[in-house]
Amino acid sequence: MPGPRSGKKYSARDDAGGSSKAALTEAFDKNLYDGGGTDKYAGYDLTIPAGDNDDEMDDEGALNGRKLVGQYTATSAQIDEFARGDTAEDDILMSREKQAQIASRETEYQQRRFDRRLSPDGADQNGAKSYKDAMKEREFEREEARVHKVIEQRERDGGDMVLDHQPTLKDGETVSGDKTPPMEEKPRKNKRRWDDNATGEGPAQAGAEDVDMKDPPAKKRTRWLADDATPAAATPEAATPGADSDADKPARSRWDTTVRPTAGPVAPQDGAEGTSSAVAAFPFGVDNRNAPLSDEQLDAMFPIEGYKILEPPPGYEPRPRPVGGQMLPAGYQGYLVPEADSSLAVMGKQLPTDIPGVGDLQFFKTEDMKYFGKLTDGADENDMNVEELKERKIMRLLLKVKNGTPPMRKTALRHITDNARQFGAAALFNQILPLLMERTLEDQERHLLVKVIDRVLYKLDDLVRPFVHKILVVIEPLLIDQDYYARVEGREIISNLAKAAGLAHMISTMRPDLDHQDEYVRNTTARAFAVVASALGIPAMVPFLQAVCRSKKSWSARHTGVKIVQQIPILMGCAILPYLKGLVECVADSLNDENNKVRMAAALALAALAEAATPYGIESFDPILNPLWTGARRQRGKNLACFLKAIGYIVPLMDEEYSNYYTGQIMEIVIREFQSPDEEMKKVVLKVVSQCSGTIGVTGVYLRDSVNAEFFRNFWVRRMALDKRNYRLVIDTTVDLAKKSGVSEVVGRIVGNMKDETEAYRKMTVETIDKIISILGVHDVDTRLEERLIDGVLVAFQEQSIEDPIVIDGFATVVNALGERTKTYLPQIVEVVLARLNNRSATVRQQAADLISRITFVMQKCDEDPQLVRLGQALYEYLGEEYPEVLGSILGALRAIVTVVGLHAFQPPIKDLLPRLTPILRNRHEKVQENTIDLVGRIADRGADLVDPREWMRICFELLEMLKAHKKGIRRAANNTFGYIAKAIGPQDVLATLLHNLRVQERQSRVCTAVAIGIVAETCAPFTVLPGLMNEYRVPELNVQNGVLKSLSFMFEYIGDMAKDYIYAVTPLLEDALIDRDQVHRQTAAAVVKHMALGCVGLDCEDAMLHLLNLLWPNLFETSPHVIDRIVEAIEGVRNAIGAPLVMNYVWAGLFHPARKVRHPYWRLYNDAYVQSADAMVPAYPDVEDEACRRHELDVFI
Amino acid sequence: MADKLRAQQQLESLQARYIGTGSADTTKFEWTSNIARDSLTSYLGHPPMLQYISIGLGQSREKTRIQLLERMIQPVGPPPEPKE
Repeated sequence: MPGPRSGKKYSARDDAGGSSKAALTEAFDKNLYDGGGTDKYAGYDLTIPAGDNDDEMDDEGALNGRKLVGQYTATSAQIDEFARGDTAEDDILMSREKQAQIASRETEYQQRRFDRRLSPDGADQNGAKSYKDAMKEREFEREEARVHKVIEQRERDGGDMVLDHQPTLKDGETVSGDKTPPMEEKPRKNKRRWDDNATGEGPAQAGAEDVDMKDPPAKKRTRWLADDATPAAATPEAATPGADSDADKPARSRWDTTVRPTAGPVAPQDGAEGTSSAVAAFPFGVDNRNAPLSDEQLDAMFPIEGYKILEPPPGYEPRPRPVGGQMLPAGYQGYLVPEADSSLAVMGKQLPTDIPGVGDLQFFKTEDMKYFGKLTDGADENDMNVEELKERKIMRLLLKVKNGTPPMRKTALRHITDNARQFGAAALFNQILPLLMERTLEDQERHLLVKVIDRVLYKLDDLVRPFVHKILVVIEPLLIDQDYYARVEGREIISNLAKAAGLAHMISTMRPDLDHQDEYVRNTTARAFAVVASALGIPAMVPFLQAVCRSKKSWSARHTGVKIVQQIPILMGCAILPYLKGLVECVADSLNDENNKVRMAAALALAALAEAATPYGIESFDPILNPLWTGARRQRGKNLACFLKAIGYIVPLMDEEYSNYYTGQIMEIVIREFQSPDEEMKKVVLKVVSQCSGTIGVTGVYLRDSVNAEFFRNFWVRRMALDKRNYRLVIDTTVDLAKKSGVSEVVGRIVGNMKDETEAYRKMTVETIDKIISILGVHDVDTRLEERLIDGVLVAFQEQSIEDPIVIDGFATVVNALGERTKTYLPQIVEVVLARLNNRSATVRQQAADLISRITFVMQKCDEDPQLVRLGQALYEYLGEEYPEVLGSILGALRAIVTVVGLHAFQPPIKDLLPRLTPILRNRHEKVQENTIDLVGRIADRGADLVDPREWMRICFELLEMLKAHKKGIRRAANNTFGYIAKAIGPQDVLATLLHNLRVQERQSRVCTAVAIGIVAETCAPFTVLPGLMNEYRVPELNVQNGVLKSLSFMFEYIGDMAKDYIYAVTPLLEDALIDRDQVHRQTAAAVVKHMALGCVGLDCEDAMLHLLNLLWPNLFETSPHVIDRIVEAIEGVRNAIGAPLVMNYVWAGLFHPARKVRHPYWRLYNDAYVQSADAMVPAYPDVEDEACRRHELDVFI
Repeated sequence: MADKLRAQQQLESLQARYIGTGSADTTKFEWTSNIARDSLTSYLGHPPMLQYISIGLGQSREKTRIQLLERMIQPVGPPPEPKE
């Protein structure tokens, strides 16, 4: 046990035992070497807190639990706020690449997935272990964990110190846990610790486990040499020129072979020189500690007897070293200047992006080399056997899927899917699954690999059986991922897996994990089981679940069983209703389990079941009501929280009588727990109160008498407003209470808080009152409360320092709910608002203006028009405001006033107001633009005659600028305003302005102008616009002509069947456009034809339409997608206007044309016609010469 | 490539809903069968038409209906032998 802890322990012993002996390993001179009686780190934190529970140790330095100096720092919650959770800020030091990795985002708990082994020992390459083996292994792991725990416990107790040489040898008394055992008892003290306990376990564990746990030690030099004949010697090292002298040089240990580069940067060691002597040559650079251990050293370190150097397992090959990897080469001798021709490995060769046989990849990471390195070794594929070829093939495809470009991925994925059965499950999964366990995996890669598994599963079907466990090990972690889509993906895979492998196989595979000693494994297994249940149906699982939940053998199996029951409703929702009884029975007994955790899980499972079943299924819960309620009386702390949670969810299912009774039974405990300092408990209690108060059986009288007082005393305190989650919950619960116990009762209790000095608390109160009043109204609020309410809300409004809509919303809700009852308070409110409009702070002015726009409606209802006009005048004065946010609010307030008082009553008169607005239209701020255009539009709509036409023209010019706005709403409002203005002052001038604007460069502006022309044409009748518009088409400029066509298109779209009067007028223009050289011209003309044709269906314009169709038809062979789409749409429009048979006459000609390029568009038209008007085509079907095809029915003649 | 694939998929989904739609690869046999079936459906689906044909053939409407329905099986004869 290294580190400061061990040092501390020794010194502690010195003090406690008062031993006079000096330990050999410790410095005697304590003063000099800091070994003295006191730990020099005493009083310091020795660890950096990593978890969430670091607030337990801040009591240090406190006297009687009270700090002597005030704490002038933020709370730990505030400090941590940006460290994790949703608000966490990205660490800028972490590179982007790193952030993309899944592992870097995971919590410590989620990272425990790396602790699971993919291929458990003893499993052969092609298949899983037998059920028996798996169970045995789990048993063994549990035992191991237990022994670890015992040892840890002993070390903590400080009894196992071998250093302390008490003559226990002669004691002869029995050894208890805290004494050092006599030497005879532990003859092999260097042995693996759990070997001592293994005597009863049989040889099973002496096998595979040892391989990875125990250091293979050295015994004799000769044996190391003998080892060189093993495959390790076949590494490139052996192939170097010095290889023949291998036998007489001091052999390097086997460890070195793996890290030795394929072509080393340093000259090969000369045979006689060992590692240590090589190091000695560079005394300044590398010190001995960093040099690899030589065999002599290993020999010296390990005893000769009792050890044996293990053979590497068959099939073991040293891992291929990644190119450019970071490991030190074997004979590292410090930095040498690389020679010019030295290998790529040192020169930091770029990772390849082009793997032979794969093509260009999007990227290639260092880690990929580990899996795909084989592809770059340049081996000749001609002398490989089928298996190797297959392996390489799969490797290539996987690499393409993982790192390739989208089209590459698609073909590779398809290839893997199609050939899945030929490749075989083993070959595929042995490559895919290790990739998914890679630590540096990124979201995209994981998604793609999971997709591969999904596709492959479908194809392999029951062939996957041997791999079920391995796949589960890899996929289960997805079920607890933060990312929703990852969870969905995981569920899908597991459910497909379950369908492919069958229930029996799934159960026998997952059963051993149910009582796995690692909680992480149990948790994920439970979730996976729930997915299996949803895939194969709950009824099939219930008997198994019942058995697991009643397992006598271990509490962990019961715990997992109950957890499965909890997960099923979370996953399936109300689909559990038919099986509710069975599921409840599974967990019923566990409520009284002897183990704490099982009881908690059972209560949580019941809560989940009840939540999913709401509002049905109370009869299924009958058997557990009694245990639950009596249990709740016995439990404390976290257990109680779980029980209360379950109760909270079950109460809403009950009928009136029962819920009344059961709520009464439990409320006592809930009220007691109001005072609990535990956050979790607070949350649960709040939830239970809101659930109980929502049931019919709980009356308002009851709540008023026995709950409210305690509730408000405990939860309506300032502290609650500071914690975001509690804040929400308290508000919701209070609103629920108000629904039952009445507005005046609840609002009366909290109304005073609006004058509190804490802003957050005021805000919380206002929000609560806002919610209560907007749901329940103010009918039972008496005059006194009304006064307090207005008073409080005014104070909250005035004291507000942070910009937040909550207070204004609350104000508006209260005032609007009070309606005419507000009249008495209005003068006061108006005074406050006026004073604040004049405030120095911009925020205050903005809030005042915002408030005006919310209360104008009520003011009008209270006949306070003079006051409104007064406000309007004041706002008019402030139109020179420089802050755009404030200006936007002021304009919004003006608009609100104009809306209620009307244009004629408004002061100052509109003809004075509008000229002030014209320059503001030029403001680029979105909020200002939106509000001005709205106000101007309203004036143009209702009172255009109040303003001079010349002013309107000026506004028209400004409006053109607005067509460039980014926000669609603004552009739309501007377009509509064009329509209003044109209506007011006649279309001529407006049209001239707009037509002129068609010549500008920006596309968006031109499009909007075209729309505006369409709108003007619609509002002022087309005949006022068309002549000018068509005249404009004569301008020999592409943009203008296009703009005209676009305007026509919008116009015909807007005017609908009015179009029939103008068709013959525009046909020559369209003729010209449809035979223009420019594609876009034809495209836009086609759009015009479409709208025109759809406008005149059945209005007797067939001749013109047929004419246009003739011009459209040759465009059928356009290939640009936009063009062809418009053309086809136009033809469809014409088909509607002139009927399917006429158009079909054109279509028949090309359906069986020898050229595919011709057939293709013709079939497209045929299909469109078939979908839209199949019946109308029947009479038009051509006569086929063939006798068999004749339609004799048509020959019938009467 | 991707466009082509998408067009193919769209066509397939269209074909799944409207069996009478076709593509550049539709054969004469498929098309004539479809138009024959569509015609028969149309005669059946418009009662005045069915009435008219029945009068012309001098039999009851029901009989004509059954006849027309039966003609929908291989309306233009058996499919052509697949060429190799």
